[in-house]
Amino acid sequence: MMPWRGDIVGFFENSTLAESIRENDVLFPMIESAHVLSICLVVGSILIVDLRLLGLASVRRPAGSVMALVLPLTWSAFAIAVTSGALMFISNATKYLNNDFFVCKLILLGLAGLNMLVFHLVSARDLPVWEHRLPPPLQARLAGAMSILLWICVVACGRWIGFTMGVN
Amino acid sequence: MMGALTLSWLSTWLAATALSHVLQSSGWLIPTLQTIHILCVATVLCAAVIVDLRICGRFDRNEPLEQVARRFLPLIWPVLLVLLLTGGLLVVAEPHRSLQNTTFILKMALLILAVAITAGLQTAINLSPGVLERDTLRRSAARFAACCSILIWCGIVFAGRWIAYTEAG
Repeated sequence: MMPWRGDIVGFFENSTLAESIRENDVLFPMIESAHVLSICLVVGSILIVDLRLLGLASVRRPAGSVMALVLPLTWSAFAIAVTSGALMFISNATKYLNNDFFVCKLILLGLAGLNMLVFHLVSARDLPVWEHRLPPPLQARLAGAMSILLWICVVACGRWIGFTMGVN
Repeated sequence: MMGALTLSWLSTWLAATALSHVLQSSGWLIPTLQTIHILCVATVLCAAVIVDLRICGRFDRNEPLEQVARRFLPLIWPVLLVLLLTGGLLVVAEPHRSLQNTTFILKMALLILAVAITAGLQTAINLSPGVLERDTLRRSAARFAACCSILIWCGIVFAGRWIAYTEAG
């Protein structure tokens, strides 16, 4: 580990906040429950968008309106998921960074973000042209399928972190 | 207590079954079942919460309530079956962890409540469209039920996670 990274990790891990989360019997499970709840809302709501992009659900509504409707819910839940996830992370940062499933989960989240970015910047540029068309164009179906796959893996990694960190 | 004795006997019996041994001795079956379980919870939770939010006038107000309910609620029932199946297998795998755990009993009680409210709302909407929006009283009652439903579904997820922290012994 590079020395500067050790300093940053140590700074968070030794903070009073991290210590309280680590040592309080109620705080960690409460934060974890909020994390599971918000991830459920993220995954469930994003699934609605993904299935629309695949042309499998909500097909009578244009893809753009489905996204405008659902994504605010997704982003609100994602904000809670990141906050609760960060709180759990700082309570045991070194241990999490040494956990392969945690690292995998971060990479998969990055890929899900990249998939979304590519979709919005490239594939959705001509959204008004194809949002009524069925089946949706290949690039939209690919983005939907990739998203479903990545989020399933994110949830699986999350569960395996628990098993390999001794919280099952 | 008779009930506690029966559950204790049932847990011991389940733990001795061949299926329980298979599930326990494999390192990956339990987390895989839990992953499927969480993904199904995500589906059911979102479907129910979205319809509840629509009843409260907070989601997709331009679409009639019946349309929103018809799009999201029917999905709940087949996914609930998968939840019962994966949940049932998790109970067989670690019966003492759940059956002799007050949090698990609480989760099941909340689940029955949530299912009852959701089924009630779905039936009311299907039988006579617009029934929940006919007058102020009905609208308020429906909103109250929808708010309860959201809170109960959240409670189910919290209870589910707390099962791991309230294991007996």
